[in-house]
Amino acid sequence: MKKNAPVIALCAALLIGLLMPLMTGASPPGFYVEVLLGGLMAGVLYSLVALGFALIFKASGVFNFAQGAMVLFAALAVARLAERMPLWAAIVLAIGIMIVLAWFIERLVLRPLVNQDPIALFMATLGVTFFLDGFGQTVWGSDIYSIELGIAKEPVMVLQSIFQGGILVNKEDFMAALVAAALVGSLALFFQKTPTGRALRAVADDHQAAQSIGIPLNRMWVIVWAVAGIVALVAGVIWGSKLGVQFSLSLVALKALPVVILGGFTSVPGAIIGGLIIGVGEKMAEVFLGPPLVKAFDLAGGGIENWFAYVLALLFLLVRPQGLFGEKHIDRV
Amino acid sequence: MKQTAKYAVLAVSLAVAAAFGSTAALAQAKKTGAQAKEQFFPVLSYRTGAYAPNGIPFANGFVDYLKLVNARDGGIGGVKITWEECETGYATDRGVECYERLKGKGPTGATAFHPLSTGITFALTDKSFVDKIPIITAGYGRADSVDGTVFAWNFPLGGTYWDASDMLIQHIGKKEGGLDKLKGKKIALVYHDSPYGKEPIALLQERVKMHGFELLLLPVTHPGVEQKATWLQIRQQRPDYVLLWGWGVMNSTSIKEAVATGYPREKMYGVWWSGAEPDVTPAGDGAKGYNALTFMAPSGQGAVHKDILKYVYDKGQGTGKKEDIGEVLYNRGMNAALVTIEAVKRAQIKHGKKPLKGEEVRWGLENLALDNAAIKKLGFEGYMSPISTSCADHHGGSVAGIHTWEGKKWIVEKGTTLVADSQIIKPMIRASAEKYAAEKKIVKRDCAKEAG
Repeated sequence: MKKNAPVIALCAALLIGLLMPLMTGASPPGFYVEVLLGGLMAGVLYSLVALGFALIFKASGVFNFAQGAMVLFAALAVARLAERMPLWAAIVLAIGIMIVLAWFIERLVLRPLVNQDPIALFMATLGVTFFLDGFGQTVWGSDIYSIELGIAKEPVMVLQSIFQGGILVNKEDFMAALVAAALVGSLALFFQKTPTGRALRAVADDHQAAQSIGIPLNRMWVIVWAVAGIVALVAGVIWGSKLGVQFSLSLVALKALPVVILGGFTSVPGAIIGGLIIGVGEKMAEVFLGPPLVKAFDLAGGGIENWFAYVLALLFLLVRPQGLFGEKHIDRV
Repeated sequence: MKQTAKYAVLAVSLAVAAAFGSTAALAQAKKTGAQAKEQFFPVLSYRTGAYAPNGIPFANGFVDYLKLVNARDGGIGGVKITWEECETGYATDRGVECYERLKGKGPTGATAFHPLSTGITFALTDKSFVDKIPIITAGYGRADSVDGTVFAWNFPLGGTYWDASDMLIQHIGKKEGGLDKLKGKKIALVYHDSPYGKEPIALLQERVKMHGFELLLLPVTHPGVEQKATWLQIRQQRPDYVLLWGWGVMNSTSIKEAVATGYPREKMYGVWWSGAEPDVTPAGDGAKGYNALTFMAPSGQGAVHKDILKYVYDKGQGTGKKEDIGEVLYNRGMNAALVTIEAVKRAQIKHGKKPLKGEEVRWGLENLALDNAAIKKLGFEGYMSPISTSCADHHGGSVAGIHTWEGKKWIVEKGTTLVADSQIIKPMIRASAEKYAAEKKIVKRDCAKEAG
């Protein structure tokens, strides 16, 4: 209990901060719920990208900086292929491309670096990032491409009887959140209940020990990179249909960094909860904290939601370095 | 075996490096031999990264026009145009790096720079005083750089953001039945949180003092794909109008978020950098009714485009896709190339038909006199407004209109010609330029003396 006191105190402080606009009457309840929902929906999408980071870290101990670039690459592949064939065929073909890409990364980047320092592997993924960013744009182009999922983009009003003026919900956001939730659920099952999932967790714990009991390390890595590639594809398709497929997708994916810091690098549930906390936290901060701060201190102004996510992650790092759901790492000396 | 492999990799790398090196040296040697009558144009572009969808058409238009002048006219007064593109990615540090790399190229150095970024413009302004190379910022850059007595090397030709924001407020005032009707109204500025996006704020605040409307400032951080919170605030505050000061993906995201929050697109007005095809097409039908200023060159094709097709594309020399010729940003890139070439032409009258230095080109930029007849002769009729500059006025006049996206193309609002109110803007320019001169200890130019 004593050990968790700082975490509990921080969570309590955040909760109070979260409820403050409602308690002080600074926001009408309907609008407050809208901001909250907006944050949760953005959060689910962050979780989707964060999952890719967590998966690879969990299975190989590699912090894959290239996850954002994989999101962009996959989305570009789907968007450009969909110009020549039906969307479902483009997605199937893009899944194939992501599997081939995973195989190449394992063969050309990871295998030669097996048992090297984690920093060497991290640097290798940095290289992969720049390669994929540039190669993707060279092959598929740098314009804004669209992915049409056929979901209505016009908003709908709900709960008009409870809140004055109702609550505005975007169908596209809602569907995206549902798809993301389904994917998160199936990945959790895959890791907990299937032999491959368990083997992946064993590889994550100790490469050499896993090899010694006959788990094929190389095959496992190809599998996990392929799964991360498919997760990137889902994230890319959803983000791409919302924002258009273009280079900035790889930057949006960086929003997953504070999510994994907060949730814990090795935790699938951490990626989900972390995403939701970051999503809600940044939207609430931008809407309810930013304007009064600017007014009170006569600041120059500027969007705070981007850096606020990192402030949140840092706060959690200070009180719980392994993240909310991460495994505590103990080295014996 | 491993050792042998390492040596093999090393040997191959050295061989590749040597091959690259010798090819580059050969190319350079060839160039030097033929450099005697060439005018070098640096092209700062962004064909990759977050702003590529907007950077590509602009660069294509710019380069295609250079190609046209070479192919059709044999260069400028017999002096061939050469150019080199440098990718800035819209990043200030990379822009400065490109400037340093290109400023000394060609027999007389760079003709003039088009930074295509207000951030890069701010960084290059100080350098221009030392290097004596003009910085042309057609429709962007520092608003106070109109004052040529202080900003000796900056040329915000055709309009600044103070002009643009003033025009938009005038237009909105007209819609409301008079500027006095703005009292009590709410106008939101959704802006790119960068020097570019912040430029109109000073002018808008001046207009707030005059007309008593409320100004909501809503910054969007680079690159602008995260706008949920911004548009939730718009939904809460319900402004009467939204002014959009975005660039690249920020524009299309704003329009998509407006759709998602149900904000009427008819009440949205973009600056001239928020009103091109890449800004509206990603939002699909949701963008219908969205308005933007159209600065100098709207979309469409005229006489000059026919020449570009005939002399450049039909010969397989086109920079981009044939079907993109005539898009808003393509035309704007072409215009940027045109004003530079016309400045060189003008300067050749004084300095002779030879490759000119940046300092000599500045004289041409300060004596531009493109009236409607000249514009028609150049094939740009309907695609630009007259420009007349001087030593003190680096702006040359600014006229704009409004165009509206109807789903497939931009439709220019007939009868709407907007001109900024110089009585408001001139004192602001003077005050800001004086402040800059004092801070940087700049001795102001005496234009009367220089003319004599």
